Amino acid sequence: MTAGILFTVAARDLKLARRRRIEALLPVVFFVVAASLYPFGVGPELQMLREIASGIVWVCALLAAMLSLNTLYVSDYADGSLEQMVLSRESLVLIAAGKALAHWVLTGLPLILASPLIGLFFGMASGTIAVMTLTLLLGTPVLSLLGSVGAALTLGLRSGGVLILLLVLPLCIPVLIFGAGAVTAFDAGLSAQGHLSLLGALLLVSGLGAPWATAAALRISIAS
Amino acid sequence: MRFFTFAAPSRFYALSGVLIPWFWLATVCLTVLGLYLGFFVAPTDATQGEAYRIIFIHVPAAWMSMVLYLVMAGWAVVGWAFKARLASMVARAIAPTGAMFTFLALWTGAFWGKPTWGAWWVWDARLTSELILLFLYLGYIALTESIDDDRRADSAGALVALVGAINVPIIYFSVRWWNTLHQGASVSIAAAPKMAETMLTAMLVMTFACWAYAFAVVFMRTRAIVLEREAHTDWVKALREDVP
Repeated sequence: MTAGILFTVAARDLKLARRRRIEALLPVVFFVVAASLYPFGVGPELQMLREIASGIVWVCALLAAMLSLNTLYVSDYADGSLEQMVLSRESLVLIAAGKALAHWVLTGLPLILASPLIGLFFGMASGTIAVMTLTLLLGTPVLSLLGSVGAALTLGLRSGGVLILLLVLPLCIPVLIFGAGAVTAFDAGLSAQGHLSLLGALLLVSGLGAPWATAAALRISIAS
Repeated sequence: MRFFTFAAPSRFYALSGVLIPWFWLATVCLTVLGLYLGFFVAPTDATQGEAYRIIFIHVPAAWMSMVLYLVMAGWAVVGWAFKARLASMVARAIAPTGAMFTFLALWTGAFWGKPTWGAWWVWDARLTSELILLFLYLGYIALTESIDDDRRADSAGALVALVGAINVPIIYFSVRWWNTLHQGASVSIAAAPKMAETMLTAMLVMTFACWAYAFAVVFMRTRAIVLEREAHTDWVKALREDVP
């Protein structure tokens, strides 16, 4: 039983994703399309857009991360490899952490790379964009970690896709508050330090807790 | 009689059948007494006038919403960890009542907010946390209802309730975290209450009324779940034959 299994599982998922490149790009495409819908809704005035930009980016990032969650365990569940993972001598907690890591690399990282582009769309200052990118860097792993708990719980259920959203979105609200709050605070000339520290704390807590919860959820779902 | 005597669904069924009428009686008596104290005895508030009187529903409902979530999570986890069937059934039975109290707290809060703050809803930390609590209840109910297998539903629900329980302390301490519109707690054990004696009495009586109601309803719902799940057992079949 070694920690290497974490990276083995993550590398396997990334290899599988590389063979379906277009599919892997869908979350980030959704992110850009959804964010660029807002000006049509609220009007093209750059002043107003600049004020709500951080909220838009964070909400769209949250939804993009959630939408790709139901595929996290489904294919492994369907072809039986998930059952082998549960039965294997390797730690299921580390396997769950590896799956969450792969999910973050596939959805969180592209979102972070695309977010400066959205920032330019909404006329944000370069300093604000830098802070926003930093909050996404700290916040999106939390979304992948919490999301994997929901994905494991709803495995094989008829209404799985919507159910994940209902289960995980309320738990993601603190991330949203501190993520968007850091950008707003920086924009108002205040220090974003407090918000960033709390985001880091959320990342540590969910990083330590979520893989255990995911492993327990997988055992519950597989047992029946 | 051992500690776990009433963990057997058949014994619980018999005991709760005896207790339920008493809980209903307590609910009616305490509600009448609490509302009388609240509406006729308690003095008019100096700043808020008569509008404050919704506190006698609002605060007990808000307390119940949080306590019931913890009780639900507690029983769900006991049922999951010790494979105690009845504990899981009680947890499932608590969820709708908890969601009802959460909704009641939000609704009465809106009625109270309009005359005092001038708005039905403000995005204050405590209101928002209460709304999140309602979402957590709905998530728990939705998950447990959409899993057909009872054992998986109970375990999955326990995990969700446990993860969500982290949110309940956040609700409580949010007043200190974000200092916003909502007034701070005016009742605490450490400090002397800042409200009139009769107001406090009325509120506590209403809280006991809510407790009695919760016991009565949860026991009734648990009995229904017991009958559904134990339908194949001899004692339930015997019950069916007793009914003419």
